[in-house]
Amino acid sequence: MAAILQVERLSKKYSDGTAALSDVSFELEPGEFAAVIGLSGAGKSTLLRCINRLVEPTGGDVSFGGVRSAKASAHEVRLLRRQMGMIFQGYNLIQRVSVLRNVLHGRLGYVGPVRGALGLFSKQDVEEAKSILKRLGLEQQTYKRADELSGGQQQRVGIARALCQRPKLILADEPIASLDPVTAKIIMDNLHRICREDGIACIVNLHQVEVAKTYATRIIGMRKGKMVFDGRPEDLTDRMISHIYGESPDKE
Amino acid sequence: MKPELATEMANDLSYETALPLHLAEPPQPSKPRRDPWLVGAAWFFPLFFIFSLWQLNFDYSQLAHGTGKMFQLFAQMFPPSLVDWRPVLEAALQSLQVALVGTAIGVAVAAVFGFLAAVNLFPRLGLLIKGVAAFVRTIPTLVWALMFIVAVGMGPVPGILAIATHAGASLIKMFSQSIEEVDEGVHEAIKATGAGKLQIVFQGFLPCVITYFISWSVFRLEADIGESAILGVVGAGGIGYQISNNMRSYLLPETCFAALVVFVLVFSVELLSNWYKNKMNLK
Repeated sequence: MAAILQVERLSKKYSDGTAALSDVSFELEPGEFAAVIGLSGAGKSTLLRCINRLVEPTGGDVSFGGVRSAKASAHEVRLLRRQMGMIFQGYNLIQRVSVLRNVLHGRLGYVGPVRGALGLFSKQDVEEAKSILKRLGLEQQTYKRADELSGGQQQRVGIARALCQRPKLILADEPIASLDPVTAKIIMDNLHRICREDGIACIVNLHQVEVAKTYATRIIGMRKGKMVFDGRPEDLTDRMISHIYGESPDKE
Repeated sequence: MKPELATEMANDLSYETALPLHLAEPPQPSKPRRDPWLVGAAWFFPLFFIFSLWQLNFDYSQLAHGTGKMFQLFAQMFPPSLVDWRPVLEAALQSLQVALVGTAIGVAVAAVFGFLAAVNLFPRLGLLIKGVAAFVRTIPTLVWALMFIVAVGMGPVPGILAIATHAGASLIKMFSQSIEEVDEGVHEAIKATGAGKLQIVFQGFLPCVITYFISWSVFRLEADIGESAILGVVGAGGIGYQISNNMRSYLLPETCFAALVVFVLVFSVELLSNWYKNKMNLK
């Protein structure tokens, strides 16, 4: 099957000189569920943000659905972004508006600028948002304000917002790092189930190796901005884990 | 020898005997240094104060004499005269209208330029607009009023323009600060959906800042009502004009009535805005 995402020698050097990402290359096929593991500061977040251009890479290229993002115009970048849902550690919902509206924000990339700005979403979009909420068990919360929800519920709204984009790829940046183990499992189960059912490819940044091994079909190990492992979960040996997590970055 | 000194020395000795030689001197915690600028300022301002008293011929007998006069003046003001209550109340209403219209225009201007001035949305343009707004803000409303009177003539219009100008420039600062305090994660999340700038502003930022915008605007309206009452003194209409006219013709009881009206006006607006603030805090 043809890869939907090709990451080629992607690099990011911040203006203070730190190389957050150096020469990372991989391909992702449709429906793959890849976990990125590594220490904090290993470049996991930067990798995801370079893929959807929230962070401007300083080298390399990302090609998604046949579009190369390095030379993409601002408009093309928006077209790329709307096909990639993103989920955050801090949920990043708009606290003061309803859950439904937060989910509808996933459609912003598809409606005209003025209609989107005024929040005039079509009936069809609203129905779809509602059915996504139902699917995630948030039917009762539809009209509540986002800040009335618990952390786990907010993260499910985050997933719903990403799904509302009808994405081909979901980028999840530490989606369970702020949640307790039980809630974390619910979130990972939901994310995993939906990606499998809808055939959405997913890249998840994770702290916990165990969680990564449970869900992922593929594991990418990052260390100091470099990709040091790329393979199936069963190939991730303890030696490799200690290599990825080896010394803390500030020791050297 | 002082007892503290003795123990200090004893401590020093015990250190030297107890520790090997290369550790004999424990690192001294660095003493907090006095900031030379602060020391300079602490000397300068009291000296300048004394110099100013001397330079301005601050005369204590004048103060004593004047205080007596002041009380006489107050005595002459009472009882307040209600003879021309009608023009006074009309002028008060005009002051209120000037404040309301001026502030509303200022809010509208600031709502647009506040976003353009926020550096997290418009990094370069933001700094430029902030700079211009800061410049406009340093010129007091009264001075703006004098300039607009020259430009468009006396009456309420220059008052409205002056208040709109100054309120707009002040609110641009407040609004843009509120926008800059919005969590960067919110910005990222809306951007990541493929939304354009207009959508990011309206759907992402506006819901986060709208209550701050309203609070700042109410706060500003409160200040502007006081401001517009004064503006009349320089000829920009309203109740200030009545007061300064009455005062010039020594119509003291009439002045007193107008001053009381100003007091009631400003005080009731303050009560209203306090009520509003309490209500907002409860939510």
